[in-house]
Amino acid sequence: MANHSDHSHGHDEAHAHGSLKSYIVGFILSIVLTIIPLVVVLNHMLSQLPTILIIMVTAVLQFVVQLFFFMHVRERQGNQPRWNVMALIFGLAIVLVVVSGSIWIMTYNGVGY
Amino acid sequence: MAQAVSQHGHDHAHGHDHGHHDPQELKMLGFWIFLITDVVLFGTLFATYVVLHNNTAGGPTAHEIFEMPGVIAETFILLTSSFTSGLAVLAMNAGKVKQLISWLVVTWILGASFIFLEVDEFIKMVHEGFNYGTSAFATSFFTLVGTHGLHVSMGLGWMLLIMIQLARKGITDVTRGKVNVISLYWHFLDAVWIFLLSVVYLMGVM
Repeated sequence: MANHSDHSHGHDEAHAHGSLKSYIVGFILSIVLTIIPLVVVLNHMLSQLPTILIIMVTAVLQFVVQLFFFMHVRERQGNQPRWNVMALIFGLAIVLVVVSGSIWIMTYNGVGY
Repeated sequence: MAQAVSQHGHDHAHGHDHGHHDPQELKMLGFWIFLITDVVLFGTLFATYVVLHNNTAGGPTAHEIFEMPGVIAETFILLTSSFTSGLAVLAMNAGKVKQLISWLVVTWILGASFIFLEVDEFIKMVHEGFNYGTSAFATSFFTLVGTHGLHVSMGLGWMLLIMIQLARKGITDVTRGKVNVISLYWHFLDAVWIFLLSVVYLMGVM
């Protein structure tokens, strides 16, 4: 136990706050993922549905890039559970329910407004 | 949980030189949880906007009112500032306090430019007859984008105070924790902006 814990601790220290390389990679990926939807939308390259898909997919990918390369979401203390990841998943579940639920209900609401 | 406690005890028993570890890690987790509540706040504002964005009440539509060049500039400015706030943390981990403050200054200037462009954008909109009460679309737009802008503005004031403290006290366990937290906050605001750009602006003008 002591051995293992010490090992993972050392590992954390080495990778804990990321390296210059990981920040640069994250930055470049973010720029690319921003330019793709901009080019598609501003040049009207695709019809509505594929455009929305590209916008949302690149946005989610960029969110993931920020989480992993900049916010170090995987960082943790020794063998402790990743409470921050659990809280994040919980928060995202609420957002998903609130946003999709609102859209769903208001799309079929012919009376309310 | 029992494991977490034993881990805690273990670290103390061995007297690690990272005295900041436990309280700072706990603060970091606490800040993560605050960010999650912010995610939920923005989620409700996004839901409101998505539901109401077609209710223009005869006022300007998204197509007519959004000016993409300014928005694109804001996007790249905020993205770069997220990167530079990461470089500030790297400089701090290397123990270089001057470099740390310099990167925070760069981040601050970029953040201030973002706010300047956004306020300028809002003023132009109001002059074109698109203000808070014009339509449900306008209200939900200004609330959503304005809430993000307020977060960035608060972050600027906060970052200024941290820079002053760093200049006076250097890198200590306390200031280290603060820089880590504001950097996390700043990355988070950039992540929120990605969705503003996507859902509000890009889907508005497509």
